[in-house]
Amino acid sequence: MTEVHALIGKPWRKPSFIKRPLLRWAIIMGFFVYLIAAYLTIEVNWSRVYEGLERGKKFVLAFTNPDFTTRSGDIIEGMTESIIMTIAASVVGIAISVPIALGAARNIAPLPVYLICRSIIAVSRALQEIIVAILLVAIFGFGPLAGFLTLSFATIGFLSKLLAEDIESMDKVQAEAIKASGAKWTQWINYGVQPQVMPRLIGLSIYRLDINFRESAILGLVGAGGIGATLNTAFDRYEYDTAAAILLIIIVIVMALEYLSGVIRARVQ
Amino acid sequence: MLRLEKLVKTYKTGDQALKAVDLAVPEGQVLALIGPSGAGKSTLIRCINRLVEPTSGKVNLGDVELTGLSSSNLRRERRRMGMIFQEYALVERLSVMENVLSGRLGYVGFWRSFLRRFPQSDVDEAFRLLDRVGLAHMADKRADELSGGQRQRVGICRALIQNPALLLVDEPTASLDPKTSRQIMRLICELCKERGLAAIINIHDVALAQMFVQRVIGLRFGAVEFDGPPEGLTPEVLTTIYGEEDWEATIETVDNEEIDEAAE
Amino acid sequence: MPMQDVKGQKIWQRRTGRESLGHWVIWLIGVAIFAYCWQQISSATTWFFVWDAPRIADDIWTRATPPRWEYISQLGKPIWDTLNIATLGTIFSLILAVPVAFLAARNTTPSLLLIRPIALLIIVSTRSINSLIWALLLIAIIGPGVFAGVIAIAIRSIGFCAKLLYEAIEEIDQTQVEAIIATGASRWQVMAYGIVPQILPAFAGIAVFRWDINIRESTVLGLVGAGGIGLQLSSSLNVLAWPQVSLILLVILAAVVISEWVSAKVRGAII
Repeated sequence: MTEVHALIGKPWRKPSFIKRPLLRWAIIMGFFVYLIAAYLTIEVNWSRVYEGLERGKKFVLAFTNPDFTTRSGDIIEGMTESIIMTIAASVVGIAISVPIALGAARNIAPLPVYLICRSIIAVSRALQEIIVAILLVAIFGFGPLAGFLTLSFATIGFLSKLLAEDIESMDKVQAEAIKASGAKWTQWINYGVQPQVMPRLIGLSIYRLDINFRESAILGLVGAGGIGATLNTAFDRYEYDTAAAILLIIIVIVMALEYLSGVIRARVQ
Repeated sequence: MLRLEKLVKTYKTGDQALKAVDLAVPEGQVLALIGPSGAGKSTLIRCINRLVEPTSGKVNLGDVELTGLSSSNLRRERRRMGMIFQEYALVERLSVMENVLSGRLGYVGFWRSFLRRFPQSDVDEAFRLLDRVGLAHMADKRADELSGGQRQRVGICRALIQNPALLLVDEPTASLDPKTSRQIMRLICELCKERGLAAIINIHDVALAQMFVQRVIGLRFGAVEFDGPPEGLTPEVLTTIYGEEDWEATIETVDNEEIDEAAE
Repeated sequence: MPMQDVKGQKIWQRRTGRESLGHWVIWLIGVAIFAYCWQQISSATTWFFVWDAPRIADDIWTRATPPRWEYISQLGKPIWDTLNIATLGTIFSLILAVPVAFLAARNTTPSLLLIRPIALLIIVSTRSINSLIWALLLIAIIGPGVFAGVIAIAIRSIGFCAKLLYEAIEEIDQTQVEAIIATGASRWQVMAYGIVPQILPAFAGIAVFRWDINIRESTVLGLVGAGGIGLQLSSSLNVLAWPQVSLILLVILAAVVISEWVSAKVRGAII
């Protein structure tokens, strides 16, 4: 045991999170060097920013007085298109992602199927919606079809991965009990696996619906349909009151979806 | 030194946890608070340092009335009351030393405590206390690496470094095994004697209480049912506190255990 | 249990007749909605282009391969900008998200009725709007450039970080906080000793997680003019320089994979 007299009178310091002092200082110094380098290479046109403050104020004020009416036609059309894309893409995306999730769960699928499904998921997750949308617009032309395909594709990566993880971590005993009763593969999935992952599937689906809606708002920027185009025009014309109206509608719909998903998840579990 | 007058606590749900409790604790007295679960033991202790705000009544510590103090004055008075918790309540991700030094928070300013620059005298005292409970070599371990008994010792150090006049002890042994429970109870009582501290120990283990304290208060439905020396805890008294049960066995095992202990 | 009496025999059914009718109606409505959505999309589509799509895709593919490798020498600065947008944006957003989270958590908010709803409103509104939209807005206000990108990422991340952080704050062990209060510590000391140590691991995890997402998002901010590698992507697309586009996409893919790897490593080290 430590001799207490040796400790008395000595200053005490909290032991550092990183034990080796050299490494610790290297990390701290490196961080500051990075910050300085980053700061120096960012060109900020401060006079432009200063001018912008006035416009910023105008925009904030626009929120207190949003203009829903002047471009109501464009807004309604864009919103409907966004919502339609969201719903259609969520339905198709979920329908496709369920079999892929089954294939990507190591405890259900054989290895070749597993590898194929996992690589589909990896590709879908690595490519961002907006880039996919650009490519699909180039291929399929402008319009909501490109947006719909983009969102479906993104849904597959998101949902399959999380669902596959859920299937992999499910209770083995329950599934085995069904298998032991002599069930066919499809029956086994239906009785042994489905009941266990269903609540999670529903929760994730609603969450993805929410994400799809938010994403659909930007697809219009690259011509893939939805409210984004209207919003972009509003910004270009400095019509902050219309832009504020659109943003408010998006926020309200997202809030409603979050509330809905809370209610449904509470009921399912 | 500590005086409670007509202390009442009614929770928002309407439950009356304390019904006009009167209690006086003289300097240096170690007192056990017993009673069934829900009798208001925990509430009573927490009303003293106002972790729970009493509904009415007075709490006097020395000649200061705690009830009705402003929050900054209350913080100053809380330094005189060390508290020891049931589940140790150490900040698990801080080191043992930081946990002990956190007992000095009421004495040092924010930035000193934030930068962990405590006065040398506090650090010395922390080492002395840790050494007293046999944990000086653990000072830089993280609190969640310790066993239950060790954690409770750190909790005791944290309470004592406040240099309190009174210890409020809430079920110190509830999550410990029987042997460690006794060691902890003995340690608390020894330290109280060494430093001349008064203590209110809220405990559900009657036998353990009888072994170590000078005075026992029995609480039932938020009211004092018994107040006297531990020898006064007859089966009849226990029945009025806890309800009907065969109490002879409880009291007898105490005697046996005491003999075992002596033989060790 | 729903049973049906058929010729004296009990037949078990999963649902009663009424329940199963309800289920069918819900399914029917769902299918009708989907059919309507599909019909709308279909009518807004020029199907001639769609039937032509395989040929176009093939055409783009032949033009885009092989990537123009030497173009990578011009991508150094854009990549550096992208990294800066993500990192500085994350740092700024964390600085702003911490106070918002403390104001939003039930157990630390100064006022449940007034301040908590405001904090929640900040969280939900910054979260619901994509960083590209924030970038558009900021470009309209302060002009195009990396700075607009940094601020856009910062604003978008506030809600995300603050939401996860306030949930972590609400889950802390209250007795540890009580113990610190009982020592006579001041409000700020209770924060520093009782609450902060408990949420620090969650905080670090959130920071790295969000940084990873921000790297992804900052690669495309340039599409609207907010700096980073997206600017090159956008200008290459405008002149239909497909070999450059394919190289940029490969670089973005690499950046995403690397940042995901780094974030997984760091989170593994913390937890």
